[in-house]
Amino acid sequence: MDMVRTKDLLENFTLTLVAGEDGLHREIITSDISRPGIEMTGFFEYYPKERLQLIGKTEMAYFLSLSDEQRKDRAERLCTDITPGIVISRGMDIPESMIEAANKSGVPILQSPRKTTRVISRLTNYLEAKYAPSTAVHGVLVDVYGVGVLITGQSGVGKSETALELVKRGHRLVADDSVEIRQEDYDSLIGNSPPLIEHLLEIRGLGIINVMTLFGAGSVRNYKKISLIMNLELWDEKKQYDRLGLEEETMKIMDVHVPKLIVPVRPGRNLAVIIEVAAMNFRLKRMGVNAAEEFSDRLTKMIEQEKDGLE
Amino acid sequence: MKEQTFKITAETGVHARPATLLVNKAGQYESEVEVSYNDKKVNLKSIMGVMSLGIPNGAEITITATGGDEEDALKGVSEVIKEHLGE
Repeated sequence: MDMVRTKDLLENFTLTLVAGEDGLHREIITSDISRPGIEMTGFFEYYPKERLQLIGKTEMAYFLSLSDEQRKDRAERLCTDITPGIVISRGMDIPESMIEAANKSGVPILQSPRKTTRVISRLTNYLEAKYAPSTAVHGVLVDVYGVGVLITGQSGVGKSETALELVKRGHRLVADDSVEIRQEDYDSLIGNSPPLIEHLLEIRGLGIINVMTLFGAGSVRNYKKISLIMNLELWDEKKQYDRLGLEEETMKIMDVHVPKLIVPVRPGRNLAVIIEVAAMNFRLKRMGVNAAEEFSDRLTKMIEQEKDGLE
Repeated sequence: MKEQTFKITAETGVHARPATLLVNKAGQYESEVEVSYNDKKVNLKSIMGVMSLGIPNGAEITITATGGDEEDALKGVSEVIKEHLGE
């Protein structure tokens, strides 16, 4: 997993480094952010010193109401040897005692022109994305009518060929062969391609092709939420395949259960069309239209009527 | 499951051409063959997956094979590695 250092924040946000330059290489080990309000009063028992500290207007106002001696004491105790940094919001001036303590212990002080709540949400989003659990799966990720479809299946079953046909039909390729997946929040999976093979597709007999230069910028996407898994497998005469679509199977990736369809492959079966329809049907279901269930209800009614007729 | 670790000594690392040899070899077996490098694991039968790892000279990689012919698979892959990539 990528490590996040304080200097990454400096590069990704509009922050100004005010003091403690020595500590820029410090590692931020958690996505939690602390607002050291209680600590300012002198209560350091539960001080989460390994977190990024954020000082807003309230904390600063309180700090400024302290005596010089107290300020020095609090600032020194805030700047521990593992604190990755202190962010000051609203572009507030930073008291001399804090700058001194920061320079001494090498805790970077970063000043942001934005409001405290904005800073918290932006930093939290950034850190959570960085610290999201991640994994890689063998498969192809395409965006079909806005639905992120992960095509899985054994090597040589035709995943890439199917993706090519989908791209030809105006859909978008996200990743071929190897999909990096990270979990955001507790319920969504975001897939992207490893940087080295971005926009590339390997077609047996043709070799590696660049989908973006061949089909244009509209044919690729950098990342996409995975909503549906289509598992392609060679047609097995003995296996029972879903004929109705009443039951929804799922596959678990990290903590998330994703709806999964198993599609048998046979020469001449147009998989691109099947995937297109699966994606549309998936959207319809999410909008509340379920063809299989509606049919089942209709059948139930019919059977009941027939039964009444017999009695 | 069979597992073996190799060290890549080839100057260019696992570049496109040697990667192809490796993938073609792995594809001959029924077993699931995977390669892991730097905590990342990919299917050794997938050329893009293997190349996406960008394995350099000096790297240590682990090959795992699971399935009916796992022993043969590991042996076959190991021969290709020893001939073209490392030890």
